[in-house]
Amino acid sequence: MMVAPVTPKSWYLPSKPHKFCPGCGHGIVLKALGEAIDELEIQDRTVFGCDIGCSLLSWDFFACDSTQTHHGRTTPVMVGIKRSRPELITIGYMGDGGGYSIGSQHLLNAAVRNEKVTLILVNNTNYGMTGGQMAPTTLPGQKTETSPFGRDPEETGYPTKGPEFIAELTPDSAYVARATVSKYNQLKRFIRNALRNQMEGNGFSFVEVLSTCPTNWRTNAQQTWRFLEDEMEPYFPVGELKTPFGKGGAK
Amino acid sequence: MPNVIGETKKAFITGNEAVAWATLAAGADIMFGYPITPQNEVMHYWTRLAPKHGRGFLQTEDEISAGFTVCGAVQAGKKAFTATAGPGNVLMQEPFGMAEAMRLPLVAIIQQRGGPSSGTVIYSQQEVTLTTFGGNGEGHRIVYSTATHQEMYDYTIKAFNSAWKYRFPTFVLGDGYQAKMREPLEMYNPEEKGLEIVKPFPLVGLDGHIGDNREPQHLCNIYSMEEELYEVVLDFVKDYNAIIPEVAEYQAQQCEDAEIIILTHGVVSRAADDAVKILRSQGIKAGSFRPITLRPFPTNDLRNVIANSKAKTMLIAESAYGQLDRLVKQEIYGETIKIENLFMPGVGIIDYDIISKVKSII
Ligand SMILES: Cc1ncc(C[n+]2csc(CCOP(=O)(O)OP(=O)(O)O)c2C)c(N)n1
Ligand code: SF4
Ligand SMILES: [Mg+2]
Repeated sequence: MMVAPVTPKSWYLPSKPHKFCPGCGHGIVLKALGEAIDELEIQDRTVFGCDIGCSLLSWDFFACDSTQTHHGRTTPVMVGIKRSRPELITIGYMGDGGGYSIGSQHLLNAAVRNEKVTLILVNNTNYGMTGGQMAPTTLPGQKTETSPFGRDPEETGYPTKGPEFIAELTPDSAYVARATVSKYNQLKRFIRNALRNQMEGNGFSFVEVLSTCPTNWRTNAQQTWRFLEDEMEPYFPVGELKTPFGKGGAK
Repeated sequence: MPNVIGETKKAFITGNEAVAWATLAAGADIMFGYPITPQNEVMHYWTRLAPKHGRGFLQTEDEISAGFTVCGAVQAGKKAFTATAGPGNVLMQEPFGMAEAMRLPLVAIIQQRGGPSSGTVIYSQQEVTLTTFGGNGEGHRIVYSTATHQEMYDYTIKAFNSAWKYRFPTFVLGDGYQAKMREPLEMYNPEEKGLEIVKPFPLVGLDGHIGDNREPQHLCNIYSMEEELYEVVLDFVKDYNAIIPEVAEYQAQQCEDAEIIILTHGVVSRAADDAVKILRSQGIKAGSFRPITLRPFPTNDLRNVIANSKAKTMLIAESAYGQLDRLVKQEIYGETIKIENLFMPGVGIIDYDIISKVKSII
């Protein structure tokens, strides 16, 4: 007997199956986000905004009001919505290129202003949508279309550690964490905390998620998981960097 | 200059690859870029070729940065360029404006995609207005609109020469079809064809000792008084007008005895030429006109072609909603030839589209 997988109530079923490549981490992040939206019962007042990058494939992913922005510009669009309608829960969804490269000034300034938005940034160490160029998060030695001989930190610096720099910029009421698609329950908990922080009106909430891009990494299932767990996770430590929920973090 | 091409050879490659080879052959020293479809492969080929030939590359944090790093590099006396499309072209209007204001020999390859906004990543001719007149200036730019891979190669080389000779920012305006499709072309070392390669020169970091045998350079783009700026802009106008006869280029075919002139640019002109052949085989006398430079526009040439033609009608066909049309109308103001349109924003135009339109209007 076929058992249909349980899908979050906040998913928009006519757009399923989703449009990401097989083995892509984006779907896992969006599943965790969907479940968190359900648990917090915020579907009706959520506005989901996606960047241009593979995140754009989620423009009709949720049964929530959704808007697509420009490459790197999701943060200011979400800030505009939140500043005008504080009762709405705004969720910006972007890639590492969108957030840390072209949109970095927006990310930095929104963090400094402690804007009460939630941003989820998918770190897959490359520009997925445009065919696998170097991203700010590309690991030293990693080959991409624009670092064909491997990223050389002498030439292009070291990978951006987003949560670490955002934690430095934000006041104590901000929430900052790094999750990974390899630890689903923790990922969901961090996303829920980031949403709760906005709901409570505390401040800026940011979750980077380490994710997979087998298409551009040119990896099979085993190699994909190995790259995530053995290369990315040691370089980008997973955990909560800043929680306004008191000592020990949120439940 | 080192010969990177070797013997003249036939190649069957994409337009983006043709551009990468042409920039190398033209002696480009460094590329600054940011990924965007359909231009990505210019960067991909460049990152592989450049280190072998001692050339530089930097992927910047966005297109604003890519454009301004080019502004810096050309001030330092290096042949620098970038390549972009669509929303990237929008962001680069700020550095392109600086290049206009300071007469910087910036070169940019634009592979048009659909708009507005993120539009499509595929094809359009919707970046005509932006590339010719984008920014808060007077459009003092040189813009070559190519139609074939051979032209992408030829005009990329020419763009560096024009930029450094005349010191106006120079653009090669292609599109996603030209960027991504393969077709045959001939790749050559420019000097072998007797093409002189204009040498770059620095605007800052000059040789010599300040106060001894040279003055310090003070480059600026903002002025205290309206009148100062006015003088500067009028000088630009004078210089720009002076180069038009040398720079403006066009192609015209069979317009003299034509009842209708089909005016197109870029890749659409190939459909126009095919349409002319087929229409003539069916007894309809059509001719074609194609500006190769959209800036400066070959205005006198078009006026002459109209004057020497029997045609009472001109059909302007483009993969945009009237961007070429507006450009043409402002250039030939006063002509009485009737203008008809075929506007297909963001989609390709084939001979059939033009033939049907021609038959519906004559
Ligand atoms: C202004 C502008 N520049 C460039 C692009 C092209 N572009 C689209 S997606 C993308 C990269 C996406 O990478 P990332 O943000 O890491 O997301 P991913 O696809 O990896 O999830 C780029 C450069 C664009 N759409 N707009
Ligand atoms: S290209 Fe990479 S990030 Fe984009 S959908 Fe495919 S696997 Fe996911
Ligand atoms: Mg990415």
